[in-house]
Amino acid sequence: MLLARVLGTVVATQKHRKFDGAKLLLVQPVNVDDTPRGATLLAVDSVGAGVHERVLIVLEGRAAGEALGRKGTPVDAAIVGIVDTVDLHE
Amino acid sequence: MQLAIVIGDVVATRKDEQLFGVKLMILQPIGADGAPFGKTLIAVDAVGAGVGETVFFVRGKEASFPFHPVEVPADAGIVGIVDRWDVEEDAVSGPRQAERR
Repeated sequence: MLLARVLGTVVATQKHRKFDGAKLLLVQPVNVDDTPRGATLLAVDSVGAGVHERVLIVLEGRAAGEALGRKGTPVDAAIVGIVDTVDLHE
Repeated sequence: MQLAIVIGDVVATRKDEQLFGVKLMILQPIGADGAPFGKTLIAVDAVGAGVGETVFFVRGKEASFPFHPVEVPADAGIVGIVDRWDVEEDAVSGPRQAERR
């Protein structure tokens, strides 16, 4: 799993039917110090995350499909939590 | 998933049987600002996307799910055509302080 920052929303009318009703958010994976890490991704949201929030994402098909609660959805990323705090002991 | 622009297609007459009838498109992934990000790749198309359209695609074996029960040997697949996306530009660096006049 990775931390990510929610950047915005995506609207797509024509999509695979398994996505119907799913919320798609643009997220930027971040390091623990909140610096960007790699490419911007689209993730399905099953926890009600909003723009600016720091979230926990899974980047794996089976886990993302389970988070969405639909088997056989062609999905590879999902938001599975909204982060309250991160404590790092160095 | 990632955003991408469809920049072309690939035609292959001799190919795996499970790929017969499947469109192969060339994608350029883009970032939240719409600028190219990363390398181009080839994806199977499950939604009828055309060249020039902005789409989102899935990586991994899930790319073959839309073709179930046919097991398409693909590692990337277009699963949606993007109408628009809305980004708050300061979302990564945190909310900007309101400007004082």
